Amino acid sequence: MTTRSVEPLLWTLFSAGGVVAAMVLPVLVLLFGVAFPLGLLTPPPHDYLLSLLRHPLTRFGGFVVCLLSLIHAAHRFRYTLYDGLQIKHLNEVINVGCYGGAIAISVWALLIVSR
Amino acid sequence: MSAGYTRYHPRWLRPRVSTYWWLRRTSYLAFILRELSSLFVAWAIVLLLLMARAVNSGEAAYLSFLQWASHPAVLTLNIITLSFLALHAITWFNLAPQAMVVKLGKSRVPGALIAGSNYAAWVVVSAGLAWLILSGG
Repeated sequence: MTTRSVEPLLWTLFSAGGVVAAMVLPVLVLLFGVAFPLGLLTPPPHDYLLSLLRHPLTRFGGFVVCLLSLIHAAHRFRYTLYDGLQIKHLNEVINVGCYGGAIAISVWALLIVSR
Repeated sequence: MSAGYTRYHPRWLRPRVSTYWWLRRTSYLAFILRELSSLFVAWAIVLLLLMARAVNSGEAAYLSFLQWASHPAVLTLNIITLSFLALHAITWFNLAPQAMVVKLGKSRVPGALIAGSNYAAWVVVSAGLAWLILSGG
């Protein structure tokens, strides 16, 4: 067999994304999605957050978190549709939708972190 | 695979599984809910990118992001997102011992220790990020 499958690479990225998403996303959504909007905690001032986001490590780390988490989500959702709804005849549409969506949002993330 | 059959190609013996098979048992439903956490991982990224974009655009945009986030519909979505992220994290760390076989010398490191170290790292990372974000306030 000379054709190489892209599946092992996807599963590796899926695992890396799963770890990253589990480690960093809950606390960020807890703060920005729940605690600040509910007024449980005071949100950081704008200039502080801006300087935090402009730090090279935040830009790089932020992009890696986005990329890996999105690939993880795309891969897992693809298989959820595959197993859950058994819509195998739509496999190609689903693959394009899942990975295409992940790539599109990653490009958006790249534009945001490079500003 | 085509469902059609001919005289020389008998019908497949494949019991048809209902599309709603995952509603039959609690464990099946738990599996599908765990897999659906992927949608909320994607939404969390979009939410954080919206926040970063607003912060980049200036103070007024940041304040209107915070106001938008406190809208009941958005808040409800984010509370649901947070619970699915917790489900993802817990199921992920609990599965880590099955995915990783770590050996020290000849003996295998017990699974509880691997899961435990994942949870410990989760606490450290979360506390570090929270400290970083909140220390400017």
